[in-house]
Amino acid sequence: MKITFPHMGNTYIAVKALLDDIGAEYVIPPINSKRAMEIGTKYAPEMACLPLKINIGNYIEAYEQGADTILIAGGRGPCRFGYYCEMSREILCDNGYGMDVVVLEPPDGDIIKFIGKIKKLAGGLNMYQILKVIKNTTLVAKSVDELERLVFKIRPRELQKGSTDRIYEGFRKRVVDVKGSLEILKLVEDTKNQLLKLEIDKNFKPLRIGIVGEIYTTIDSYSSFNIDSILGNMGVEVYRANTISGWIIEHILKAVVPFTKDKRYAEAAKPYLGTMIGGHAQETIGNTILYARGGFDGIIQIYPLTCMPEIVAESILPAVEMDYKIPILTLIIDEMTGEAGYMTRVEAFVDLLNKRKERVDIVEDLVLFGD
Amino acid sequence: MDVKVGIPRALFYYRYYPLWKTFFEELNTQVVLSDDTTSKILDEGTKACVAEACLPVKIFYGHVMNIKDKVDYLFVPRFTSISKKEYICPKFGGLPDMIRNSIKNLPPLIDTEINLRKSKKNAIKAAMEIGSFFTEDKRKIKNAYKKALKSFGEFDEKIKKGMLATDILDRKFNVIKKSNEPLLNILVIGHVYNLYDSFINMDMIEKLRKKGAQITTIDMVEEDIIRKNACTLPKRMFWNFGSRAFGSTMHFLEREDIDGIIYLMSFGCGIDSFVCDLIERKIRKTKDIPFIILTLDEHSGQAGMDTRLEAFIDMIRWRYRNEDNVSAYG
Repeated sequence: MKITFPHMGNTYIAVKALLDDIGAEYVIPPINSKRAMEIGTKYAPEMACLPLKINIGNYIEAYEQGADTILIAGGRGPCRFGYYCEMSREILCDNGYGMDVVVLEPPDGDIIKFIGKIKKLAGGLNMYQILKVIKNTTLVAKSVDELERLVFKIRPRELQKGSTDRIYEGFRKRVVDVKGSLEILKLVEDTKNQLLKLEIDKNFKPLRIGIVGEIYTTIDSYSSFNIDSILGNMGVEVYRANTISGWIIEHILKAVVPFTKDKRYAEAAKPYLGTMIGGHAQETIGNTILYARGGFDGIIQIYPLTCMPEIVAESILPAVEMDYKIPILTLIIDEMTGEAGYMTRVEAFVDLLNKRKERVDIVEDLVLFGD
Repeated sequence: MDVKVGIPRALFYYRYYPLWKTFFEELNTQVVLSDDTTSKILDEGTKACVAEACLPVKIFYGHVMNIKDKVDYLFVPRFTSISKKEYICPKFGGLPDMIRNSIKNLPPLIDTEINLRKSKKNAIKAAMEIGSFFTEDKRKIKNAYKKALKSFGEFDEKIKKGMLATDILDRKFNVIKKSNEPLLNILVIGHVYNLYDSFINMDMIEKLRKKGAQITTIDMVEEDIIRKNACTLPKRMFWNFGSRAFGSTMHFLEREDIDGIIYLMSFGCGIDSFVCDLIERKIRKTKDIPFIILTLDEHSGQAGMDTRLEAFIDMIRWRYRNEDNVSAYG
């Protein structure tokens, strides 16, 4: 059994830690690329959302390298992600890529079956060891998220442009070669220290933009055209509430380990969207409000074309925009999105935020001199 | 004067109108329906709604605009789920919030959540909540709900017998048009609001009937048959429409009296994108039966639709004719 799994931003680091620790044989699919997307677009339904298309591309590229089993999370709806496992199985099977699909999903009252699935993957490990592996995986996911947040902070402030990107991209490449959660954690620590040594402008006050939206397109740098880095290099500090550790806990681990989730966003979203309607719609609304309250300069919402929950969120965001007086830009991604048009909109948005900030500063000065 | 409750003639109007109408009328309110869908309604809806939403939602917006100034209350319930462990669509769940945050000067919304995901008993709870907008007499609400269920039951029974929802709602009779060709039995798979709104689908049903087709829909299949067939999927579908469409298609594939299948989907429908693909794969694998997908959006041209329908029906007829002509001995 040679396991593979779909890419989603830095998720591969956490999954790699997990598979290393349980001693499974696996293939990490080549990092998301145009080829993966084109393969996926060819086989997946035309109107499926972009993540499915890229996932299919990942599986087929991994199949070419000898993978025969897919590990993927599931779900109980109403977001389409919960049915990705079945769609992938059908599509791959019909096109002659016979692969097994193992779905790790929050059990619907059937916890024995869930543990059985983990045991099947884990081979000879006992329950105690499995729990330890799960704990370490969560640690890895959390530390990678922390590293990312540090990158977000340093990037706009660095004195030598491009140095953060160089260290961070180097880490993402090198992490594939180290084995096991402990070594990965060490590498993360080293990278952190490297970043902290960079020279930064301590007095620089960057614009602050919150990124909200559908999780795949916000987290995955390929499908968002590396928006964190683009914004960072324009001198913008990026914040993003969607994280891989949050996602792993929510989708896989919540069933096994009792985690309490930070529900502040749900409370903030209440006046606009009262209930959970699937996907990340409520997170999008709630986090936008939390960011607005936190004095952010702007919000960017990103989602793949036809994403149902985010369409609901997009319909509601204008009301939030008015009430909190915060500019919001919505970017919709599919396999046809052109980079130039996308970049123009991001640049224009940042320009607008800069002007807006200047104006506020001027008005403040006027008031000061006025009295 | 009676309180006026407005019901937009869109989305689940085509499924639940008899229920809603009886319920509200039993509570001594006057039910006001929006007009039939027109291009003006569509245009207004498209303007008010985000561009990425699907056609039915845009049309719903249009109907809300059409009716909002004529009524005291607007009935836009939050449909989270109508069956156990199944959802409808995130957009149905967020509909009242979408409407409230994008259309101004609305009358008070009746936005009670209808969520039968965990238990069927929540239906009566929702009914009590809706009823409390108009009266405090709980027994009266309960009675109204009972009567409403009865008229919905009658409506559903007629559908199961093979009538189309619009024929009942619009009181059309003598619906099968005369055609010289033998009658074809066409299965149309699609959401009720795409199937029965003759503006959205450019009068597809009438056009098919004129060509001598008899329409069968997935709504005509009994619930237990659907459930039995839907269970054959390796993973239970968590959309009500998805499992109904898949379950009934499996049932029709076992039957021999279906001549062709049309899948009517709206552009950008997340659920259709998966369900349609699964159904197409299933049909192509199991049976040699003509199958066509028609996609609707606000730009759909009448002529394109006509051409496809004509070609589809002609192809089916030719298949039968040519089969007769070919000698069994080569």
